[in-house]
Amino acid sequence: MERFVLDARRLLCPLPVIRTQNRIRTLEAGDILEVVCTDPGASHDIPAWCRIHGHEIVETVVEEEIRIVIRVGG
Amino acid sequence: MTTQAKAVALISGGLDSMLAAKLMLDQGIHVEGINFYTGFCVEGHTHAIRRKDRDKPKRNNALWVAEKLGIKLHIIDVIEEYKDIVINPRHGYGANLNPCLDCKGFMVGKAREWMEENHFDFIVTGEVIGQRPMSQRRSTMPVVARESGAHDRLLRPLCAQLLPPTYPEEQGWVDRNKLLDLSGRNRKPQMALARQYGLDDYAQPAGGCCFLTNEHYSAKLRDLWRSRGEKRYELDDIMLLKIGRHLRPRPHFKVIIGREEGENRYLEGYRRQYTHLKPLSHSGPLALIDGVPDEDDLLLAARLVARYSQGRDAEQVRVEITNQSGQSRALEVKPFPDRDIPQAWYV
Repeated sequence: MERFVLDARRLLCPLPVIRTQNRIRTLEAGDILEVVCTDPGASHDIPAWCRIHGHEIVETVVEEEIRIVIRVGG
Repeated sequence: MTTQAKAVALISGGLDSMLAAKLMLDQGIHVEGINFYTGFCVEGHTHAIRRKDRDKPKRNNALWVAEKLGIKLHIIDVIEEYKDIVINPRHGYGANLNPCLDCKGFMVGKAREWMEENHFDFIVTGEVIGQRPMSQRRSTMPVVARESGAHDRLLRPLCAQLLPPTYPEEQGWVDRNKLLDLSGRNRKPQMALARQYGLDDYAQPAGGCCFLTNEHYSAKLRDLWRSRGEKRYELDDIMLLKIGRHLRPRPHFKVIIGREEGENRYLEGYRRQYTHLKPLSHSGPLALIDGVPDEDDLLLAARLVARYSQGRDAEQVRVEITNQSGQSRALEVKPFPDRDIPQAWYV
């Protein structure tokens, strides 16, 4: 299991979702991906995308920036 | 045991494509959704940027539809490839800079590529004959099927009974009798069907889901092309056309002025790419300059920015100008009087 960080700051939705989707495609089940973004829409869209694709949201922190921690599903 | 047929459904986030996918799920087809991001999609952007819209739901409608239907959704970035559709549409533009027929052919073509790569069997769209004046007419249905290369692997469940049988029908994967015969712009049958399925709260975008159908947006894109002497754009260009007040006082430069806090914050992200202005003596907007301004142009831009600051009625406003290298200086300027700003400057 490895941990990765994806910088999606300044990107507007759905680009943070697309970058997350494309990055997860290269990862293994159980890997952790931390997505850092600034578009408030991403805090809704990335979890929605994860739900329909079977990935787990471990943590969402909404401060000045948004950090979404995902555990890649099988 | 027979293998379950697999369909890739184009999901826009609107009602028609949602119903088309639902009809396939009802027939036991394995459905996954596909959604294309062109850069012109109305989805979310302005909601995310403008403070006044911050309370509006920020959901991505295509994702919402997928979750509602319980299907996977693949969102594909087609920003680069789509430029050719916008710049050189074979079938021309609609009322504005919307190349709807080329766009439909392109998207179904991309779905066909996805179908082939992922070993799916056919493509589903929510098209309805007569629904859209440019892209959804009886005469354009075969054009989309042909130009996309999808041919008879393209099924339009909402109006399939009005069209020749397709491959999935001929194979017996899909029962033609359970497909629909909708036509025209009346959306009541779709709304009734949505009620029947218990689907509510679906998106009903008043101006469609693409900025290119918007008259004001298209005017700004035309202006951009005119000023550059060629039809060309980058993603940042078309994103900035969605933001702020655009004034072009001279052919070789324009000023993009934030209209509120959310837009100012968004424009701040472009400070390293553009010469920008900000009032110092009064609160006011951030403005970017697109083009190559000379000293007189900068003075004029500063006066325009002063006009949109809290110092609009002051004798002098101090405006900071910062170039792309990050070098700043300040100018004391008299705000441009409203009456002296020619209407023609507003793009």
